[in-house]
Amino acid sequence: MFPSPIQNASPWMRTGYTILLPIALILWLLPLIGVAITSVRPAGDLAAGNYFGMPSGFAGVENYTAVFRDSPIGLYILNSFKVTIPTVIGAVGISCLTGFALAVYRFKGNLVLFFLFVAGNFIPFQILMVPVRDLTLKLGLYDTVTGLVLFHTAFQTGFCTLFMRNFIKGLPFALIESARVEGVSEWKIFRHIVLPLMRPAIAALSVLIFTFVWNDYFWATVLVQGQHAMPVTAGLYSLNGQWVAAWHLVSAGSIIAALPPVAMFFLMQRHFIAGLTLGATKG
Amino acid sequence: MSHSATQPPRRSKTYREGLTPWLFLAPGLLMFIIYVLLPIFQSIWISFHDWDGLGEKVWIGLGNYRELLDDDSFYVSLKNNVIWLLLYLLAIPAGLAVALFLNQTVTGIRLYKSLFFFPFVISQVVVGLIFTWFYAPDFGLFSKLFEWLTGQQLAVLADERYVTYGIIVAGLWPQTAYCMILYLTGLNNINPEQVEAARMDGAKRFKLLWYVVLPQLAPATFIAMVVTVIGSLRSFDLVSIMTAGGPYGSSQVLSYFMFEQALSEYGFRMGYGAAIAVVLFLIMMVFISLFIVRMLIQERNA
Repeated sequence: MFPSPIQNASPWMRTGYTILLPIALILWLLPLIGVAITSVRPAGDLAAGNYFGMPSGFAGVENYTAVFRDSPIGLYILNSFKVTIPTVIGAVGISCLTGFALAVYRFKGNLVLFFLFVAGNFIPFQILMVPVRDLTLKLGLYDTVTGLVLFHTAFQTGFCTLFMRNFIKGLPFALIESARVEGVSEWKIFRHIVLPLMRPAIAALSVLIFTFVWNDYFWATVLVQGQHAMPVTAGLYSLNGQWVAAWHLVSAGSIIAALPPVAMFFLMQRHFIAGLTLGATKG
Repeated sequence: MSHSATQPPRRSKTYREGLTPWLFLAPGLLMFIIYVLLPIFQSIWISFHDWDGLGEKVWIGLGNYRELLDDDSFYVSLKNNVIWLLLYLLAIPAGLAVALFLNQTVTGIRLYKSLFFFPFVISQVVVGLIFTWFYAPDFGLFSKLFEWLTGQQLAVLADERYVTYGIIVAGLWPQTAYCMILYLTGLNNINPEQVEAARMDGAKRFKLLWYVVLPQLAPATFIAMVVTVIGSLRSFDLVSIMTAGGPYGSSQVLSYFMFEQALSEYGFRMGYGAAIAVVLFLIMMVFISLFIVRMLIQERNA
């Protein structure tokens, strides 16, 4: 193990480490802690210049109620779910198929296709912006949730395919071989042998794509204009313009917008990290 | 990978080839072609035109590119992109340092690791707002600390000299968390015997890290490089949220510059925007190609 376990170090070092750990964490999360505290401060505190002292009272309920009552953030959150959930289902579903095709069959152009998906995943969004916006307009899907879902599904398919293909490559190929010898059809091999084994990959990808799409801001600004379809990232930005200097509201809004992916991360931590660190261990 | 040795014998393979893989690929490939592949070529095509997004496209050849070469904002953006790229790379050693610090087995360490990872999970919009608040001139935590330490006032986001660095620091926060998690996973999988053997031979900390541990972390370092380089060139959200490219365009980067030109409030300049996007795309393709070549070599060796 590296570095050497702290248990082998001198008692001084051990105590030092135990003290240092929480201090480092607080420093690391300082900006976030500041915002969390601001979100429960009474409005009067900010007016009186009390930004860092003890809050004069707990106004969490008021602030958060005010955000939901006086702004369309509830609608924005709902829109984000309406964009994110279908995208997760679409992209993960499609990539189960593409990943299977690229992992199991040897055909001409297999590697080229695979690396096309990989490369597509790294390109700048700006090179897609004008044509995708134009296409969405022509399809009559500009300013709709569907327009966002279609684009996100297509784009995330690149990353998902990379992930699924590598995962299926790691499965024991003999399983597929023996089924073929038995004369099982290719679709049934996929459906009844490979798909059940893909559960951990599906879980990992789902949380990752949920977070990526939830946090998307660029496409939310490019493909949506009105409140009725606006996801929470773009919504928060426009609210920030309205709530000038009302930092208790901005903070509460930020916390609300951040909550779903954070909850997702804590609930599915193992899968999330497994997905994110794919390839970080083998070379 | 491991089963390539157990590929099916040629006989059973030939009849399965043909349509089957393409049927499995069809939905994904179709979406990918429509929304990713074709738009790249369309953008290149549009970049040779003058177009407001509604009317007729007017062919102007290299006109947009010529205009770009005379545009000061373009050079500011380019320079800022280089600064972003170089400073963003700091996320890699920083992430390694945090990972080494946290790679212990004391009670509660799992929770610590999760909480250190936190900044990566939240949206960049929220990160941007948090740091805008952090830098706010009168009451921001950073400004207060700075005033307390130096006795001077500093409005980071309103100062042309510091604004880009201020935004990059905000970006480094989640990026370091990302690199940390890659290295934590890598450290979990290093070969303990090699480390112990080197220790027996008397290798001390930094030598051990440099000669024994880091080579084993190479795959993690590679991925950290990829995501950091790509992330730095893609930087859009933070610039848009924190400064909208200001003050006076001093924190522009190509991605934001493109957006601003294409959907400008003074009329849409889709052709010019597309030209900027093509330049950014070409720059990124250099890195993407390098990454792909390396991945291809790995794939061949596997």
